[in-house]
Amino acid sequence: MRLNTFLTLCLLPLALTVVAFFLLPMARLVAVGATGPSGIAAYAAILIEPRYRGTLVNTILLSAATTAATLAIATVAGIFLQRHRFPGRAVLVALLTFPLAFPGVVVGFMIILLAGRQGLIGEITLALFGDKQVWAYSMQGLFLGYLYFSIPRVILTIMAAVEKLDTSLEEAARALGAGPWAVMRDVVLPALVPAFIASGAIAFATAMGAFGTAFTLATDIDVLPMLIYTEFTLSANVATAAALSVGLGLVAWAILALARSIAGNTIAAAG
Amino acid sequence: MLKTVTRWRDRLIFSAQLAFTLLVAAFLIVPAVLSMMAGVTVNYFRGIRSGVTLEWIAQVWDLYADTIVRSFLIALSALVVTLVIGVPAAYALYVRRGSLARLVEEIITLPLAIPGLAIALALLLTYGGFSDFRRSWLFILAGHVVFTLPFMVRSVIAVFAATDVRTLDEGAASLGASPWRRFRDVIVPNARPGILAGALMVVTLSLGEFNLTWMLHTPLTKTLPVGLADSYASMRLEVASAYTLVFFVMIIPLLVAMQVFAGWGTRR
Repeated sequence: MRLNTFLTLCLLPLALTVVAFFLLPMARLVAVGATGPSGIAAYAAILIEPRYRGTLVNTILLSAATTAATLAIATVAGIFLQRHRFPGRAVLVALLTFPLAFPGVVVGFMIILLAGRQGLIGEITLALFGDKQVWAYSMQGLFLGYLYFSIPRVILTIMAAVEKLDTSLEEAARALGAGPWAVMRDVVLPALVPAFIASGAIAFATAMGAFGTAFTLATDIDVLPMLIYTEFTLSANVATAAALSVGLGLVAWAILALARSIAGNTIAAAG
Repeated sequence: MLKTVTRWRDRLIFSAQLAFTLLVAAFLIVPAVLSMMAGVTVNYFRGIRSGVTLEWIAQVWDLYADTIVRSFLIALSALVVTLVIGVPAAYALYVRRGSLARLVEEIITLPLAIPGLAIALALLLTYGGFSDFRRSWLFILAGHVVFTLPFMVRSVIAVFAATDVRTLDEGAASLGASPWRRFRDVIVPNARPGILAGALMVVTLSLGEFNLTWMLHTPLTKTLPVGLADSYASMRLEVASAYTLVFFVMIIPLLVAMQVFAGWGTRR
């Protein structure tokens, strides 16, 4: 058998699977999106119809807030963990990355235990201020959930990026009289920008498309994945659900593609 | 004098950072610990004083054993499928590094960027009419394969690139080995670290997959995460926690294996 024939045979099963269970279905999704009463205009409705646009804006704002908060938290913790060696460090790193494999539903349950009706935060605020704080079943809950979900991933990326930094640049800056803040602001953080872009894009795209956490917390949270879900199952509005999913897919893909073209390789996995 | 000030300042910065990092770890770990405790507590609202019990775990087994077995079945099937179609494809894509290979790699990686909800909807719209397929667990398997395949392919390609398999392959070819023998005796043994890493990813992701599975499942093809969502919505907190505990017990060995394995990879 010639090499080329062999290689084609190697690739064939994968090609058939991907065409049958991914490319054809996605093409069908795009086509179905245009079968509603308004036809192709259904895609424009995502931006024009106030209800859909409101949800889209909500989702983008929530995702942006999650991304910014995650980056800030993970940068402080990631730089610290990579730059210091102390007893218990390995355990701390393991604890911080332990939730990596939690699906969105489990993350939702974690937030309920933390900030739900019988949650820890409620108990503490009740004991301290006589006022029970319940955040879980709303946008705040979803924000906490996405933080929970993204922090482990982003910390890992930032730690890897810090490890690769050239420490002689920092030493030079210090030798020239720069204080720790100046070194951080002018040397370390600028060098981490590619890592911020790559991991921020993943956090953003994941928050845009994540469904399990919102589903566990409350079905009336006004974000795009929940809207798609209710349009499809409750309203049987298949065309709109398809159009919205295509829109959501395009946004998520575009963000990741853009980040990759700026900062190199990114790989995402939404639970 | 200046030296002491600097030392105090550094110590202060260190302590503040440590406290912050511990706080972040607490945010992640405390709810998980609460959930594990709740799963074995007689009454969560009265606390651990009410006693420790395995009753909730037993109830989970009675109610949801089928979802646990099915999740393993789907995860292992996804592993077999991604191995059989992913490893040869990774080899072909690596050897043929053209623009076509790049396009194929790009396409199979798309399911990572596109939300699971959209892929599930697409599968439903395309195959929803084939009711035998729609009703069987194979429908969920199809979704899981699309979603996990890129991890297997990319992890194997990464190992090929790192170990310079091309030279080995060409060496074997110059000795007259047929493509199939080279694949079996040279390529696959050299890809083993990538296959193992990819396999751990595929099984872990498949066991926890919810976004696709929630849309694709039927009442008779519930998986573990689908059952979890069901228990969070309708069961008492102790049962939901016990179920989550079962999930943790399944997933933690895989996570530990992945970390140990990543450790090996960096040391070599």
